[in-house]
Amino acid sequence: MDRREFTKLLGATGLALVPGKAAASDPHPHARKVDGIGVLVDTTLCIGCRKCEWACNQSNNLPEQPLSSFENKSAFTSNRRPDAAHYTVVNESRPDGEPIWAKVQCMHCQDPACASACIVTAFDKRDDGVVAYDASRCMGCRYCIVSCPFQIPAYEYDNALTPQVRKCTFCLERLDEGRAPACVSICPVECLTYGRRDELIALAHRKIARNPDRYIDHVYGEHEVGGTSWLYLSSVPMTELDFPELGDAPVPCVTETIQHSIFKNFVPPLALYAFLGQIMWLTRDREQDAEAEGSDAVATQAVRDQGGTTL
Amino acid sequence: MIKAAPVQRKFLTPGVYVLLSIVLIGVFFAVRRFLFGIGAISNLNDQYPWGIWIAIDVASGVALAAGGFTTAALAHIFHRHRYEALVRPALLTALLGYTFVALGLLVDLGRFYNIWHPLMPSMWSGHSVLFEVGICVMFYLTVLYIEFMPVVVERFMGRVALPGWLAHFKGVVEFLLRLFDRTLGRVMALFIIAGVLLSCLHQSSLGALMVIVPYKMHPLWHTPILPLLFLMSAIAVGFPMVIVESIWAARTFGRKPEMHLLSSLGKTVSVLLFVYFSFKVGDMIIRGTVPWLFQPGLESFMFVLEMVGGVILPGAMLLSSRIRHSAPHLLAAALLVVFGVVLNRINVFLVAYKPLYATERYFPAIGEIAVTAGLIATLILVYRLMVTVFPVMAVETESDRSVEEWAHDVETKRADQRMSVPRGNTAVTQRRDS
Ligand code: SF4
Ligand code: SF4
Repeated sequence: MDRREFTKLLGATGLALVPGKAAASDPHPHARKVDGIGVLVDTTLCIGCRKCEWACNQSNNLPEQPLSSFENKSAFTSNRRPDAAHYTVVNESRPDGEPIWAKVQCMHCQDPACASACIVTAFDKRDDGVVAYDASRCMGCRYCIVSCPFQIPAYEYDNALTPQVRKCTFCLERLDEGRAPACVSICPVECLTYGRRDELIALAHRKIARNPDRYIDHVYGEHEVGGTSWLYLSSVPMTELDFPELGDAPVPCVTETIQHSIFKNFVPPLALYAFLGQIMWLTRDREQDAEAEGSDAVATQAVRDQGGTTL
Repeated sequence: MIKAAPVQRKFLTPGVYVLLSIVLIGVFFAVRRFLFGIGAISNLNDQYPWGIWIAIDVASGVALAAGGFTTAALAHIFHRHRYEALVRPALLTALLGYTFVALGLLVDLGRFYNIWHPLMPSMWSGHSVLFEVGICVMFYLTVLYIEFMPVVVERFMGRVALPGWLAHFKGVVEFLLRLFDRTLGRVMALFIIAGVLLSCLHQSSLGALMVIVPYKMHPLWHTPILPLLFLMSAIAVGFPMVIVESIWAARTFGRKPEMHLLSSLGKTVSVLLFVYFSFKVGDMIIRGTVPWLFQPGLESFMFVLEMVGGVILPGAMLLSSRIRHSAPHLLAAALLVVFGVVLNRINVFLVAYKPLYATERYFPAIGEIAVTAGLIATLILVYRLMVTVFPVMAVETESDRSVEEWAHDVETKRADQRMSVPRGNTAVTQRRDS
């Protein structure tokens, strides 16, 4: 095999390592259609009573418990985020002067970034649609927190030995008993509707059709990042209520395509291994004549070879 | 085989005392972390779950350890034997570098005692980039230790001296060493290739880590070809690390650096840098992110600093043969490349990372800096210790001959051996030798 053939082969092997290009046409390999449960939040009905926050804390044994502390409306002065001790928070926005309240919690994405990112499958999108966390697997790398497009998971940074990633659990235990999540059950104005996700989407569109003045024609979460189990109806775009503006492609799409094309049946790594082995074998005697050409010639050669493998 | 010997030098010098005190400060904060949690010594929070422990200890650490696989590839896969003098120091750097990445992770991981979980098939997570990084790094670390075994064997075979009752095991140890000696040589090629392969895989995947956050990353750095860019920059920084180490080690141990070898590596580096640069620019043009360069702010400043200071400047310096052949200039250029790659990792993981609901920018806490500095100081100390114990540095201990002469000897010997076998290239060899 002469050098030109070498370079060609290098190019071919290298290309397999170039992500995206080779596999751009592949559909997202990890995509899995889960037709599970969901909750529809009608922000036009919410009265900002914060009872859902209280019920959530009760149901999940979170520290802040007395109902009275949730009647405090000063919480609305700042935009709060869920944290390790609060799985859900209600925020107030005034895009047009009138207050609009919106509950924030894990969206239980259809194709969750956190589950795709997790190194040990501690996050799992269950068949019923719940994105559940298993602390016994977790090693605390916090990549899930990095990856979440809604900035939801929180960490117990002050727990020295057994910190957990914390986020809305969808009240798994209640679900197992056939009950609705605590926040849904307590909501006094039926702002939250619990049910099958596909039925909720149909319901949302019926509501929009019936009341086109009340709602904008968009169900937030129907398509965002591939869809989420929690869905929102609103009178203004959700981005004005401080929800992120997101595209329709699931976030893990690109990385998983890269991963799966690099490791397609382990062919590219094995090919590279075999290829390196072949170079090793072919060049085993060559250094003699190379040395004779002088040092800079060798260096240039090394450049070519080195550069070749990598590109 | 390479001829190397333990360096004979006093271990305790003023510099060593400084390093030791940095280590102690680091240990102090690390202990606090294990008593009171990550939050007690760091500025990490739900907005910035990753800080310098990931950007410097892990990402930069892994990149700077790339000298191990690039020199191994050069000397053993492409068979440029004259570079063999550089393989062992680079191997040791990689070995220690990766070991310290693992140590650093023990501080950073919330449940550090679960660090082995990725090995459990029941927890395998094929679609996770981090899983691939983790598995490849674990395997590569093993490969590095295996690659280092011959050095240990060379040091101790036939002169095992165990104190006290341990002396009973002398026979066993000797037997093991001899066993290794006999078997390792035969299978080493497999491990060397595996090391290069594993390196290519996880060096690139480290870049893929941040591809998953399109909404949280500055467009100057977020691109689907991040894995390719990471791989290319890791390869580009491998040789500069070898250059830095060799010149520094030569200085501290009072020897002549292998300038002849280093300057030809420098030439390679300039080419690698320009290839990297063209990919980076091409990607920016294709994705139309050039306008972001002119948006004043920390991001554009850091980007320009990274590209000009860490890529263009050293790339141009290394084109000049005068600079390549002067030790201080070559060192400066190599340091710039190292700086550029570290800055790139910091930029990708920290500067470019913008949480959606950021209230303030992340800046490392004293505790984080102390732990990182402590790890680096420990690494330097252990390196120093290892080169005095093991035959790592290619040196002639009895005389003051430079390594170049030594390398020439090796070549001549090789040529002699080959002369007896009639071959196509004998003529060349003979011509040179006469
Ligand atoms: S919102 Fe975030 S934490 Fe919740 S499922 Fe989606 S990616 Fe995971
Ligand atoms: S912190 Fe735990 S749950 Fe999150 S990605 Fe790491 S191992 Fe998985």
